[in-house]
Amino acid sequence: MAQCNVSVQQADFDFAAELARLGTSGAVASFIGCVRGDTRDGVPLTAMTLEHYPGMTERVLGELAQAVSARFALDAVTVVHRVGRLLPGAQIVLVIATAPHRHAAIQAVDCLMDHLKSVAPFWKCEEYGEQRHWVDARDSDQAALARWDAL
Amino acid sequence: MNDHTIGTLTIELLYLARLREALGCGGETLTLAAPATVADALAALCARGAPWEAELGGSRVFRVAVDQDMATVDTALRDGAEVALFPPVTGG
Repeated sequence: MAQCNVSVQQADFDFAAELARLGTSGAVASFIGCVRGDTRDGVPLTAMTLEHYPGMTERVLGELAQAVSARFALDAVTVVHRVGRLLPGAQIVLVIATAPHRHAAIQAVDCLMDHLKSVAPFWKCEEYGEQRHWVDARDSDQAALARWDAL
Repeated sequence: MNDHTIGTLTIELLYLARLREALGCGGETLTLAAPATVADALAALCARGAPWEAELGGSRVFRVAVDQDMATVDTALRDGAEVALFPPVTGG
């Protein structure tokens, strides 16, 4: 049974510390998503607030981690997703997958992120100076999900 | 049944993210005639008119979870169910 670590937290995460929690494996793949320094009508992004559905979020991430580790025969998987108000450049999400071989680890990270973006109950609200608006879901995220057979 | 009146059920509604702001509240308790589905709850909310009808009865896309599981309009509601309405997710 693979080790599955899931956390939804306000605090920043430390990649090295998360990596150190995992045992040794032949292959380690990871993804870190950060707040982009976007502009809107010439105004730079001030901050991005991540909201979630407490309870459901943790359960959905746990189920995704379990399903992905079973599908790709992982040794371990870590998912950390931050919530709250984040500034440009801040880390938002971390996924680490470890497996005996690289293809499984790399594909597991990609597959988990595609599912996370489509089913985990998080929402982004962007601030550009005084203007704030909720980010709309993207059709391309659904298309990305379709690359994978159902978990 | 823990209702005072036989033939009704009570649900705890949650409105999340943009929907919470559009509807002006984070949630409420709603009593419906039993048995009821998600569609019955949505019909009761839309009958209030704006902004409920615009958000939940028109072309705007939203999602429903019942007791923290993704649901459809046909999902049956139990007395005491937690029913969350929210926009398509945008995490990651």
